Amino acid sequence: MSAASRLSASRYDAIIVGGGHNGLVTAAYLAKAGKKVLVLEKRHMLGGAAVTEEINPGFKYSVCSYVVSLLRPEIIRDLELPKHGLQILPLESTFTPLPNGDYLARWGDHDQTRREIYRHSPRDADAYDDFGKLMYQLAVAVKPILAMVPPDPTSMSPKDLMGFLKLGKHFRGLGHEQFHALHKLMTMSSADYLDEWFETEALKATMSSSGIIGTFLGPRSPGTAYVLLHHYMGEIDGAMRAWGFAKGGTGSVSESIASSAREHGAEIMTEAGVSHVTVHNGKATGVVLDDGKEYSAPVVVSALDPKRTFLDLVDQKHLPGDFVRDIKRFRIRGSSGKVNLSLSDLPDFTCKPGVGPHHKGAVSISPSIEYLERAYDEAKYGDFSSRPYMDIVMPSMIDAGMAPPGKHVMSIFVQYAPSDLRGGWDEAKREAFGDAVIDTLAQYAPNLPDAILHRQVLTPWDIDREMGLTNGNIFHGELSLQQLFCMRPTVGYADYTTPLKGYFQAGSGTHPGGGVTGASGRLAALKILGGGAGRHGAPT
Amino acid sequence: MLRTTPFHSRTAPLSQAQNWRRWSGYLTASSYELHHDREYWAIRNSAALIDVSPLHKYRIEGPDAERLLDRVVTRDVTKCKLHQVLYTPWCDDDGKVMDDGTLARLADDSFRLTSAEPNLRWLQDNALGMDVSIRDISEDVAAVALQGPNARRILHDAANGVADDLRFFRLTKGEIAGVPVEITRTGYTGDLGYEIWTEPANAEALWDGLIEAGDPHRILPAGMLALDIARVEAGLVLIGVDYVPAHRAIIEDRKSSPFELGLGWTVKLDGNWFVGRDALIAEKQRGPEWEFRGLDVSWDALEALYNEVGLPPQLPSEGWRTSVPVYSGSAQVGYATSGCWSPLLKKYIALAHLQSAYAGAGTDLRMEITVEHHRKKAAARVVETQFFNPDRKRSNPEASA
Repeated sequence: MSAASRLSASRYDAIIVGGGHNGLVTAAYLAKAGKKVLVLEKRHMLGGAAVTEEINPGFKYSVCSYVVSLLRPEIIRDLELPKHGLQILPLESTFTPLPNGDYLARWGDHDQTRREIYRHSPRDADAYDDFGKLMYQLAVAVKPILAMVPPDPTSMSPKDLMGFLKLGKHFRGLGHEQFHALHKLMTMSSADYLDEWFETEALKATMSSSGIIGTFLGPRSPGTAYVLLHHYMGEIDGAMRAWGFAKGGTGSVSESIASSAREHGAEIMTEAGVSHVTVHNGKATGVVLDDGKEYSAPVVVSALDPKRTFLDLVDQKHLPGDFVRDIKRFRIRGSSGKVNLSLSDLPDFTCKPGVGPHHKGAVSISPSIEYLERAYDEAKYGDFSSRPYMDIVMPSMIDAGMAPPGKHVMSIFVQYAPSDLRGGWDEAKREAFGDAVIDTLAQYAPNLPDAILHRQVLTPWDIDREMGLTNGNIFHGELSLQQLFCMRPTVGYADYTTPLKGYFQAGSGTHPGGGVTGASGRLAALKILGGGAGRHGAPT
Repeated sequence: MLRTTPFHSRTAPLSQAQNWRRWSGYLTASSYELHHDREYWAIRNSAALIDVSPLHKYRIEGPDAERLLDRVVTRDVTKCKLHQVLYTPWCDDDGKVMDDGTLARLADDSFRLTSAEPNLRWLQDNALGMDVSIRDISEDVAAVALQGPNARRILHDAANGVADDLRFFRLTKGEIAGVPVEITRTGYTGDLGYEIWTEPANAEALWDGLIEAGDPHRILPAGMLALDIARVEAGLVLIGVDYVPAHRAIIEDRKSSPFELGLGWTVKLDGNWFVGRDALIAEKQRGPEWEFRGLDVSWDALEALYNEVGLPPQLPSEGWRTSVPVYSGSAQVGYATSGCWSPLLKKYIALAHLQSAYAGAGTDLRMEITVEHHRKKAAARVVETQFFNPDRKRSNPEASA
């Protein structure tokens, strides 16, 4: 039977489990292609980890995800998201206050940044430009990979072989310098890689932080250098201004996608948690909700992480043993937490008193590589960092609607907070973790503790329970090299298919992975729509 | 020597970039910050304050004021109510556009007309035998545009709520920071916005009052670079860029009729006679030769063209104002006159003059782009000129509350 005829046989053509941003993107693309789509979200609101919630009245928190890193511009265009309310506002600077009373800032303007780095090290100021050029070239080289459905290296199918042939040709086209740099990026730690270029500790530390965000690794762990490159992928899109802060908070990304999906006819239900996927004759046939309601469709898509997709939603007897083993081994430790604050005043930094442009960008607590590595050391042995790495933004400085006039909201991404904390997480430990964050920040901005009107602390434990991200891992699985591209989530099933016919995956646990990119959701939709060519359970 | 506007004492110290340009003989900010990015986003996200004092402004008063203006502009001025504002072009005898601007009815027999070019002589010549006074008040009126989604909230605080219910293209009077002002719900951004008019002596107080009220709403002074992107997104024509004023055109081909500029909606042929009416009736009957349309340049096409030279698409960070050929196949069928990368829509967009046969919405054309010094053609689709047209632009406060 053809895909088309089978899709029209029941009330819905496709059911999407999980109304996070990727699930919504899949739904919107399928609906746009004329399919009857049902989205089922467990929580009372859409967005998953991309939500804005007014937990303290008048103050809007981007509860989990707080910046839009690489939301694909083609998704913004295809789904007409600006028409549905999406605006991504630039976050221009990164400000790193230092314990010695100085600071390091990288501003939106190139010359200003150069002069600032020069103040710390004239050599580094020169190196920064050279480094930027090389990383840009590498990002250009690697970027096309993000936009493709990964081929299967174990497969002999012409499509997969052609995919690898194309890939090989692509990499052979790189010059020697770029190829060697790429090799280094793939194998080195971000600390070592940056050591080859720079001498300013705060610069190296702040740059290396983009290599460790969301990953249970320290800046001295091999493999972290590669993740630096993801930052420069954002630079390519920089001209398109696809990186920044979503007006209304990250929830507006999900809202706008949902609005576009609805416009194309998708049906979206909240407070509709899925208990399990129904299977008949080795084929997914629909879902059963927690309350017992059943919905059937020839295509079921899970936008949850691989653990929940394969170990919770589906009875393991329907899946091959080696596949289940691979998924069980899939690394998904949570490493980070989040603190959201309502403030009566902006933080007044000792090193740069008063209100200034540094309040309109990111503030990074990353004074040195050693600081970050020590923070990791504590987590490695089961504790949260007493002096953590933090990436802070004050959205109300960019979008006045986020807080009442004169008041502010602050979003603090905190690393490290291990999901498997020694002795387990509980409410007391959560608040102790929150205290460590505020205490650390107060060292740089002493007025902060007294300016706090409300605080929300999220540990991996909370993110798992409330948002449904296994172990609170923000990327649906670590972005380490062995879990990327054709290995994400596992070899043979990196093309959004699963061993179960009619069952697809669309979450960040698939290529190209985490962040509010929508790329997984889109590629999954394209795979489902182009279904006939698939080997693994795609409708044929 | 260029003149400075009545707001100069406020705008000059704000200029980090020292990036100024000329506008009708005045010094005006291209951008205040080193890059115009945040100023653009203020227009779309919060509120921007833009000094528009260099506009030419005329006060037309007297028993025949309505008659004169009804004779000059293409719209039906007899239908313009008290405190209503009309956007309108005006034409020469051949129905070719000379200028465009806003016309506000301040009293039964009193109007204010704004224009981009000087128009005193044209107005006077058309007023022969009429009982009307025409004064050039360009230097007697300072004007700022307050544009963006937070503009109403700022005016609510700054002007004691007088503009809360002000409808699209209407005028009200009030007081800001202790000085009398006129507020019109107009602008050049295609967003919610107002223009505020006062005497030059009050300019500084007005500016300070708006900045103070606007600060909690993230008001930001914005320059022409930001405005230029917003107006292309809104599909608004710019004189001297998208069209040549008819009386300045050296050759006939440079002239455009309102129909050819997408301004057919302003041409009221069922009212009284006005300058150019006969020619426009004839043109309407035979159909215009050219149309003014939006072009949505294909991202895939840009990516493919740049990929050939090993680059990601290189996008202009500023709006451009040059004439760029537009093709159907290999035949040139038009030219784009303004374009930009829309930071909001994530699209490369342009405004173009197209031969009518190729101007239908959805027509697939190609626009010339220069990729690494080589001329290429990128696929572009014909769309409406209003690339961005949010409800808030014209919605009433009741509806948006």
